Amino acid sequence: MTVLVDAATRVVVQGITGHQGTVHTRQMKLFGTAVVAGVTPGKGGTEVDGVPVFDAVREAVDTTQANAACIFVPAPYAKDALIESVDAGIRLAVVVTEHIPFHDMLVMYHYARSKGTRIIGPNCPGIASPGKAKVGIIPNVVFRPGRVGVISRSGTLTYEIVNGITEHGLGQSTCIGLGGDPVVGTSFVDALPLFQADPETDLLVMVGEIGGTAEEEAAEYIHGHVTKPVVAYIAGRSAPPGKRMGHAGAIITRGRGTAESKVAALEKAGAQVARFPYEVPEMVAAIAARQARR
Amino acid sequence: MVKLAEWRGKELFRKYGVPLPIGQVARTPAEAEQLTRSGTVPLPCVVKAQVLAGGRAKGGAVRFANTPEEARAAAQGILGLEFKGETVKEVLLEQKLALGRELYLSFTLDRSARLPILIVSAQGGVEIESVDDAAIARIPVDPFPGLAAYERRRAAQELGLSGPVAASLDRLLSALWRLFQQEDAELVEINPLAVVGEGLVALDAKVIIEDDAGFRHPEYSDIRDDRTPLEEIAREKEIAFVQLDGNIGVIANGAGLTMATLDVLKEFGGNPGVFLDLGGTDDPKKVTEAFLLMAQAKPRAVFLNIFGGVTRCDTVAKGLVAAMDQVPPGERFPLVARIRGNNEREGIEILRAAGITSIPSLKDSAQAVVAAARGSA
Repeated sequence: MTVLVDAATRVVVQGITGHQGTVHTRQMKLFGTAVVAGVTPGKGGTEVDGVPVFDAVREAVDTTQANAACIFVPAPYAKDALIESVDAGIRLAVVVTEHIPFHDMLVMYHYARSKGTRIIGPNCPGIASPGKAKVGIIPNVVFRPGRVGVISRSGTLTYEIVNGITEHGLGQSTCIGLGGDPVVGTSFVDALPLFQADPETDLLVMVGEIGGTAEEEAAEYIHGHVTKPVVAYIAGRSAPPGKRMGHAGAIITRGRGTAESKVAALEKAGAQVARFPYEVPEMVAAIAARQARR
Repeated sequence: MVKLAEWRGKELFRKYGVPLPIGQVARTPAEAEQLTRSGTVPLPCVVKAQVLAGGRAKGGAVRFANTPEEARAAAQGILGLEFKGETVKEVLLEQKLALGRELYLSFTLDRSARLPILIVSAQGGVEIESVDDAAIARIPVDPFPGLAAYERRRAAQELGLSGPVAASLDRLLSALWRLFQQEDAELVEINPLAVVGEGLVALDAKVIIEDDAGFRHPEYSDIRDDRTPLEEIAREKEIAFVQLDGNIGVIANGAGLTMATLDVLKEFGGNPGVFLDLGGTDDPKKVTEAFLLMAQAKPRAVFLNIFGGVTRCDTVAKGLVAAMDQVPPGERFPLVARIRGNNEREGIEILRAAGITSIPSLKDSAQAVVAAARGSA
């Protein structure tokens, strides 16, 4: 096990017969992932790209020993899909679905946690460990096996930065796209210890965004617990101030949540903060070169 | 998000059993006079502009009336007023009550804790941001058991309430918690919540409904927000489209990449005017629609920055080329494209055939579009 996924990961795709489910099942297989089952209620007994489809997750798990779920089920049914996989004993669920109401996600998160299931997402690109397995939708072409760990709140910006790292001749140990929704199953603070403990990761890249205080909390964690070098980038420095949660939101965050506050917190914690996405691979390459000389 | 005007928020309060002053909405001065003359709204009354912005009392958007004639005059004075960019189309008339203490109360989401949170303060009636932290109590609520009786008792204690008023708070909190969950609210706020005699009355109502829950709340779909007409069209087509005050149009995919693109443009002296997030799509028609929408915003130059994942580069290229043909010659603008990722080679080929070169570096392409926006001035 590197970080959460490895060659022993066996994926069940929920919503496999939908367009996205079908397309990404194929891509996950091309990446080298063992996609062992699909689930779409009412479509049991069919096949998608050679993968057997079941009516229920329990059936899929019993037959194929699937141990991770990749959920493409549309938002109105995503909560039920997640609960079903948790109840079937799945302990890693990547929720790709976007636009899940946060009230639903609160239930999903706390239910999963009570049963020991980790959620990545929702509204996320998922997780990939080049040469081992991918659960999600990150394009295969951007990766190359290596020793840089990537944790990101973004989707396409993650691809951009991972691609840049690859173009600099380096590769990734594991990349996790946490998702950008207000409530996520796995936050920076949840993911950082996994990379710190991972013997295959030498340095870390953190891609954050304005809004919320996840980056500030990550900075606090890095300060006390992360000894590996961290390169960070925060998107949205020029964005007009968001008003998403109104006044009550403002008194929860109390001046935190802006790009300035995130950059300051991360720099104070010893991270190198890039001003633009294209600076990230340059900083990573410089650190990797220093590490190689040691 | 759907921000509800006070009167709509109060309709919800009524439905869930949150105590309110007697009141009704009027859309004309004559209506305001009639409501008070008939006793539907008891006198004296308060007449409040129905706008989403705060600070109404200070801004002259709240007036008082002792007679039906005064109610008419107050409505006359407020209706049609421009208040912080909004035109007042409705006023809410409510009985004026003998107020005791004014409190603050809200339910919202604490993202870090991944829990709903009840926020209360004994210092209501002022902007909550200006209240000292020590005077604000935050009570996290577990969504499984829901708002517990002991949490409601704690809120009463924090607010310094006891006896019948505390009992009134207990019922009010249960009602508001149900509203927060069942209506998929992001925020339910009462400020001020007034002590009136031995009970409580919600003098104001601020309710924000989450957009993503629209599938189970069709009743909110026709409530317009503060969007521009183009933003409204974009919303119908499910394209994220935001108008700023610059002159460069940005089409990107994904919120993070879109924001990063704006950051880079600003760095090189560019001034983004519209940004449009394609999100994940593999339908060239949607790309064409997005591009035509962008054309309507009349940018000086457009920057297309796509990193293909779910959205493939060839899909974007096809949609873009189709759109270019539909823009009238007089309304065309310089376009700088950068497409990377899934099916990059195919996409670049399609663009090249249409005479568009894709610049692979973000830095170079951003500088090119900033120069193009200046050149076509």
